[in-house]
Amino acid sequence: MDTNHTEIPLLETRGLTKIFGSLRACDGIDLAIAPGEVHALLGENGAGKSTLVKMLFGVLEPSAGEILWKGAPVKIGSPGEARATGVGMVFQHFSLFEALTVAENIALALDGKVPIERISDEARRLSVEYGLPLDPSAHVADLSVGERQRIEIVRALLQNPELIILDEPTSVLTPQEADKLFETLAKLKAEGRSVLYISHRLEEVQRICDRATVLRHGKVTGACDPRNETPSSLARMMVGGEVPEISGAGLGEPGEVLIEVHRLSAPARTPFAVALTDVDLTVRAGEVIAIAGVAGNGQSELFDVLSGEVTVAHADSIRIAGVAAGRLGITARRLMGCSFVPEERHGHAAVPTMSLSGNLVLSRYASDRKTFITGGWLGLINTGPVATATKRISSAMDVRKSLVDPPAGSLSGGNLQKFIVGRELDRQPRVLVVNQPTWGVDAGAASRIRQALVDLAKSGSAVIVISQDLDEVFEIASSISVINEGRLSKPEPAATMTRERIGLLMGGFHDGAGHGVDPAEVAHAH
Amino acid sequence: MHIELQKRPVPSTLYAVLSPFIALALTLVAGAILFMALGKNPFDALYSFFIEPLTEVWSIHELTVKAAPLILIAVGLSVCYRSNNWNIGAEGQFIMGGILGSLVPILMPGFQSWLTLPLMLVLGMIGGAAWGAIPAYLKTRFNTNEILVSLMLVYTAQLFLDWLARGVLRDPNGNNFPGSIRFSEAARLPEIIPSQGSAHYGLVLALVAAVVVWFMLRFTLNGFEVRVLGANPRAGRFAGFSQTRMAFFAFLLSGGLAGLAGIAEVSGAIGQLRETISPGYGFTAIIVAFLGRLSPLGAIAAGFMLALTYLGGEAAQMTLGISDKVGRVFQGLLLFFVLGCDTLINYRVRLVWRKATAPAGGQA
Repeated sequence: MDTNHTEIPLLETRGLTKIFGSLRACDGIDLAIAPGEVHALLGENGAGKSTLVKMLFGVLEPSAGEILWKGAPVKIGSPGEARATGVGMVFQHFSLFEALTVAENIALALDGKVPIERISDEARRLSVEYGLPLDPSAHVADLSVGERQRIEIVRALLQNPELIILDEPTSVLTPQEADKLFETLAKLKAEGRSVLYISHRLEEVQRICDRATVLRHGKVTGACDPRNETPSSLARMMVGGEVPEISGAGLGEPGEVLIEVHRLSAPARTPFAVALTDVDLTVRAGEVIAIAGVAGNGQSELFDVLSGEVTVAHADSIRIAGVAAGRLGITARRLMGCSFVPEERHGHAAVPTMSLSGNLVLSRYASDRKTFITGGWLGLINTGPVATATKRISSAMDVRKSLVDPPAGSLSGGNLQKFIVGRELDRQPRVLVVNQPTWGVDAGAASRIRQALVDLAKSGSAVIVISQDLDEVFEIASSISVINEGRLSKPEPAATMTRERIGLLMGGFHDGAGHGVDPAEVAHAH
Repeated sequence: MHIELQKRPVPSTLYAVLSPFIALALTLVAGAILFMALGKNPFDALYSFFIEPLTEVWSIHELTVKAAPLILIAVGLSVCYRSNNWNIGAEGQFIMGGILGSLVPILMPGFQSWLTLPLMLVLGMIGGAAWGAIPAYLKTRFNTNEILVSLMLVYTAQLFLDWLARGVLRDPNGNNFPGSIRFSEAARLPEIIPSQGSAHYGLVLALVAAVVVWFMLRFTLNGFEVRVLGANPRAGRFAGFSQTRMAFFAFLLSGGLAGLAGIAEVSGAIGQLRETISPGYGFTAIIVAFLGRLSPLGAIAAGFMLALTYLGGEAAQMTLGISDKVGRVFQGLLLFFVLGCDTLINYRVRLVWRKATAPAGGQA
């Protein structure tokens, strides 16, 4: 271990640059990671964090600049070379085969041939040592997201790395699971290993990191000790200005019931899907109900049955403005005044290869038939009004694009999401269901989208927001409910809800007894 | 050294236009090598294969006779493939269209009026569409693979036709040769310029179909539906479009056009129902559809190109003494290169010379 030679950084980059076409994704990055430190890499989506670590891990080749390992220049040409150098990486999106066991998945990622029994033993040993309980013979499909992440961490540890890179590790974890992860990181640090911790969650960075480097638009905009900063000073470095506050003021008394889900159950449609069980939900005009939860607990299944992409067995299970709608498809529900924004932008909410105007027609051809379709039985698309509406939406939501009507896939994630949300808001829906409205969207666009959702509720519509982002949930919701393994907790007013309570509900604690019981006490009793 | 494919941020419009031409050029190069290996002068061979058939009026007429069914079928297949429905059985739909349409002049030889031909054409379309409906139904009802079902139905149709032409529909006065009675004038699709050559009105049908379907795809909501469901089935479901409905639409349309091509071939080019009525038009049209970039207008140009390989094969047999199967070889080469060159639209090809230096063996 190099812990004694603290003057020589374990890993250092000098002027590291990556250029994609005309975009400088990373522009002259200087970064130094000392042995045995937990180093945070902070930045908004699109700031260049992922590009930087991909270069460090040999996935991307730098356009310019150099990487030094223990003071000596190195070339990292592939992940295999990175591992041989001593760099391990845990990706944000796991690359695991669901049908294989934990040990088999680990074996697949190893260089060279190692008998699977030895991998099992080794994995078991490591998982005990680092407090990452894991059964090597379990099938990945049966594991929670947190457990899957442990596989990735163990997989990285098997290579005995001196530097471990973690890309947004807590974005898929419950607060309690995250605490466990932090303990593991502390252990790694105590052994003298370094950790590069990528995040945009300021609280946890302040909690566990020794130093932080902040990126914005591909450049280093700050290097600091996060413990000496405040969340708002870190945010300023990340965003380069103040992020406007969402104003929830004006959410008046809830009005009539616009959407009512009653004892809705739906079987899992694939072995890897989640079944919905006894979901109850009532949303009134002027309300924003947020549904929090860890990814993969039935959010997309719930969205599908609410939107009508998947119909349910009993028409009565879902009522829209009093009308039984459970057997109606998405078009019929749109005609009743509903709008929907699914989680996945590319290939679900929008066709990436089609123009924005084409993508406008995609969800509005039925509800705005009078305006957008002409020619009687021929059903011609009326390009004039479609172009006008595309322009109106783009300017209302500040969608930035280089062409008048570019393919949806050429827009950045945030801009496309603004367009997709704007497309639905433009028709003033009575009911709006949104799944992960600001996932992968930069802070400026996210705040605009959130404000638009709140404004829609103010104008008398019912809004359901399914979100993993607790900050977002607290920012915009009037009531909060939590989804866990396909069950929905009873919505509680946002004013009285706490993060701890949400964490417990996320972890599968359901209080059938109702209110008045201290959740912490009940949890301890388990 | 290894070759790397880098995904382009946006599909290249340049290569979208160039790719069929690059494929053509590569086919010619591969063809030249092939002829050299056979001991022929490649330039002479390519000349007699690709140029000579275009130098005479009658052979240009022949070209349109071959191109018409290819275009008709390929137009329907373009819609099919664009909507993500893989109809490989146009050959069978072609045959069933030919059979059903032929029943009018064979079973009612006395029925000769201006209605005879239109009735035959409509029945032809119905026959093809009905045959196409089988894979569509099985796909949507039982989730069977439409590629396999439609392909297997080709053989069923071929054997059914063989049985009819040798059996129940055989001309009683035909000296036991297979084949039905010859159609009356009223049941024949007329030639366009009878004094010059054999080109018949099948070509007009093909051109009209191409323009109508192009208009449908380009300007109507229905065409929009085809494109959305083809590009992203999930987004199509979000839009409220039904994949089941689309499967039927695509198979009925392409089956109907293939059936129309079939009856046009029987009543135009042949004049009677024989035990074989197609030199593989239904399969060759798959190449036409892809070479035409799955655009109905592109199918027109591609149809003529592939028709040339039929004539070239015959010419090669006559002037070079090579089997006319060489035409099929060219068709195969062309499809291979067309599909290969389409990679250029979405990917940038890079040669990487740097050796992998990973001690433990590189792995991504």
